[in-house]
Amino acid sequence: MSDRAKNFATVGKSLRKVDGVALVTGKPEFVADLQLPDTLIVKVLGSPFAHARIVSIDVSAAEAMPGVACVLTHKNTPTTRHTTAGQGFPEPSPYDTRMFENKVRFVGDRVAAVAADSEEIAEAALKAIRVEYEELPAVLSIDEARRDGAPVIHDEPDSTGIYDVVRNIVADVDIDVGDVVQGFDESDEIVEVTCETQYAQHTPIETHVVLSYLDSANRLVLRTSTQVPFHVRRIVAQTLGIPMQQIRVIKPRIGGGFGTKQEILLEDVAGLISMRTGRPALLSLTRKEEFASSRTRHPMRVRVKLGAMKDGRLHAIEMEATSNTGAYGSHGLTVLANTGSKTLPLYNKAPNAHFYGQAVYTNLPVGGAYRGYGATQGYFPLETAMDEMADRLGMDPIELRRINHIQLGETSPIFEKLGEGREGVSQTVKSCELPRCIEIGSERIGWSKKRGKRLTIGPWVHGIGMSIMMQGSGIPEIDMAAATIKMNEDGSFNLLIGATDLGTGSDTILAQIAAEVLGVPLDKMLVVSSDTDLTPFDVGAYASSTTYVSGMAVQRAAEKVRDQIVRVAAPLLDASADELTLRDNAVFAPAGTSVSLARVCQRAMYETDQFQIGATASCVPHESPAPFLANFAEVAVNRETGKVKVVHYVAAVDCGVAINPQLAEGQMEGAIVNGIGYALTEEMILSSKGRVRNPSLFDYKIPGMLDVPPMDIILVESYEPTGPMGAKSVGEIGINGPIPTIANAIYDAVGIRLTETPFTPERVLQAMKEASS
Amino acid sequence: MHTIRFTVNGHVEQATVPATMTLLDLLRDRLALTGTKEGCGIGECGACTVLLNGNPITSCLMLAVEADGSDIETIEGEAIGGELSVLQQAFIDEGATQCGFCTPGMIMSARGLLNRIPDPSHEEIIEAIAGNLCRCTGYEAIISAIQLAAARLSQDIGSRDAQEGRAR
Repeated sequence: MSDRAKNFATVGKSLRKVDGVALVTGKPEFVADLQLPDTLIVKVLGSPFAHARIVSIDVSAAEAMPGVACVLTHKNTPTTRHTTAGQGFPEPSPYDTRMFENKVRFVGDRVAAVAADSEEIAEAALKAIRVEYEELPAVLSIDEARRDGAPVIHDEPDSTGIYDVVRNIVADVDIDVGDVVQGFDESDEIVEVTCETQYAQHTPIETHVVLSYLDSANRLVLRTSTQVPFHVRRIVAQTLGIPMQQIRVIKPRIGGGFGTKQEILLEDVAGLISMRTGRPALLSLTRKEEFASSRTRHPMRVRVKLGAMKDGRLHAIEMEATSNTGAYGSHGLTVLANTGSKTLPLYNKAPNAHFYGQAVYTNLPVGGAYRGYGATQGYFPLETAMDEMADRLGMDPIELRRINHIQLGETSPIFEKLGEGREGVSQTVKSCELPRCIEIGSERIGWSKKRGKRLTIGPWVHGIGMSIMMQGSGIPEIDMAAATIKMNEDGSFNLLIGATDLGTGSDTILAQIAAEVLGVPLDKMLVVSSDTDLTPFDVGAYASSTTYVSGMAVQRAAEKVRDQIVRVAAPLLDASADELTLRDNAVFAPAGTSVSLARVCQRAMYETDQFQIGATASCVPHESPAPFLANFAEVAVNRETGKVKVVHYVAAVDCGVAINPQLAEGQMEGAIVNGIGYALTEEMILSSKGRVRNPSLFDYKIPGMLDVPPMDIILVESYEPTGPMGAKSVGEIGINGPIPTIANAIYDAVGIRLTETPFTPERVLQAMKEASS
Repeated sequence: MHTIRFTVNGHVEQATVPATMTLLDLLRDRLALTGTKEGCGIGECGACTVLLNGNPITSCLMLAVEADGSDIETIEGEAIGGELSVLQQAFIDEGATQCGFCTPGMIMSARGLLNRIPDPSHEEIIEAIAGNLCRCTGYEAIISAIQLAAARLSQDIGSRDAQEGRAR
């Protein structure tokens, strides 16, 4: 623990989650747990074709069915182009989506919606809708997308923000530092690696779900499973063409997000149905619909070329990424940009760097935000290439990284050149314990004992590999969070935050920060979060922002409240305000005399110069300090079957001060297990017609309890001076580790470089066969 | 329509249900026991796990009429008189709950395990929970929670912990 963190009373403690009791007792906290009388059940008709025009659509039979309240199609809904990506305004994603349209662009694309008294009636009504399609030639790969004469996926005239409509290119990013051509010429050794990542899905156990209803003032309430309640409010108002003040968005407890709920996928439909019928409407995706029609990680092909001098110093880095954004451009630009911006600064010693990338449309499932957000796709080739470079130079892979990675006090020109879909923000590293992460992790895995030894037990050959990485904490000069704290006369506080707890524990962490400043135990902070009527603005939970950005807003609000408290307390203690301190539910004077917080608030409310003790504060971050991570894995590769087993995984992470170590470890464990699934088993398999062939959790294999290896998560604490209580972020970084770490361990075991995920037994066997021939 | 009688968390219930209604829908939509969750509807994820005559089953795969005459336990029956069970307290203490959507099913599977094997081995825990998917935690904290609950029960200190939990 850092010295500055040692003096905390509440921060740095693994306190129990504030929502823990409600969750373990099964209280009706989730969207669909609220049962309102007369609720309509909404079902959506998805396109059977990857690319087609709707020639005609006849809903008369469906509308005539008893129990059907409302049918929506492109003929009776608003036509505003918008993006489903819940990002800051103006959004960096193109406006290429309509609620419903006379053209469909992927299998599962929205054709119509039916609201009925029951699910059975709604489903029967969907079947009664007659649609005549004119099937169009489809684009089913990134290579086809940019070919001359390829079908144009967004040929409509009213979409905006698309880089090159005719060539199906959503976004194009190109930045240079120095001169890479010359850099490679001057390098002693060159390594080039191209990796391809698959279609993968977040699979929160709760699928997308929204319950909409009208309140007593006829305002539209959207109780929705979202990461971005304020963006939902803005985008639904825009899409439906209604005043924003008509909408209230409430995020109750939600069953996981991981990025997929940074999308506004259902709220417009349910909301319009409630507005048209006056009735509550529940729209919940089935697991099959979730696979087909929600969002995925952008599949990518990423090429990395490294040039190094004989002593191992990197001299030039080039990364070229092609991202498949599917049928719509949601997060297309920003995920692409982050593929470079979150990876290349790690190796800041190279004077020459080039990042180039394009995101292209296809008639395939739609990419979106997914934990890691492009960095996951970028670190695979980057850390594979580093491993290969070490091999070529005859260096230990750890040593190669040690001499090249960014250090405390250093910067990278990439920070300024490449940001979230636009120019970035220059910054220096103010906290970095990566060297210690590497040291501790390598000891824990037994690097020097095991590396290159190829321990063999029957058909199983063991190997170990490593990788290092960084991420960010929020989006500098773009993200914005606010917090309100008001005091009650019993000495408790209401903490009102727009921040969105997805299960991460942010309600708890933010309450710990406020409790720390105000000198009270956690149970004196009463948290209300994510309600656009009751809580101040917050962009929401994405980009590893909540602890760092929302946390700073909370700290500032708490400091303002503390200042008010000591002003009221000073005359009671016969002391001056600036010498008072808050702890143990009381205000203390230097002499040791004290007055309780309850007494202070009673004075403010009932006695003298009365006012409400309370404050609102905001945070717009000016930089995005990186957490750092060193990953180590021991794997066993079966030479006969090609199966890869992770035997031991070690992750040593510097997330600044961990406000709640147990919750920080939980973020790391969950992210790593998700990453192991992504590395080994998870893959959406698409038919030749673009249909998801395995839309179930039986056939799309996420890790279960039997698949989890022994893991060591080590929090290597630093103190980030720009963060609340020294904190940075920890939500995303862990998911980037398993792919390159396992790939490098497989190389150590059996000498093959896998460049396509997931590392299935078939791919491993094939690569071993090719290597031996 | 079929009329069935069964007990849920000790209460005798009677319901008239269509033959196609699942036990999950009966619990959630008719009895407003929404603690039991639907994650997939086809028995893949375990979020809808309840105990039927003491054994964990996925309620989305069982028809309500099949539950006629059965004794059903759901998450709502786990805390008695507002006092958390040892399992629930252990889930809180070990940080085994992130989003909490899988938690009711996890706890019911764990309850079924501890009913059968009060002192389960690591392997027995993993096997018992293998059908319950969690996307948040990485499972380690869940395994620890079940181990902690088993240890507390064997030392008979569970009720004391539960009281401390209430006091927090």
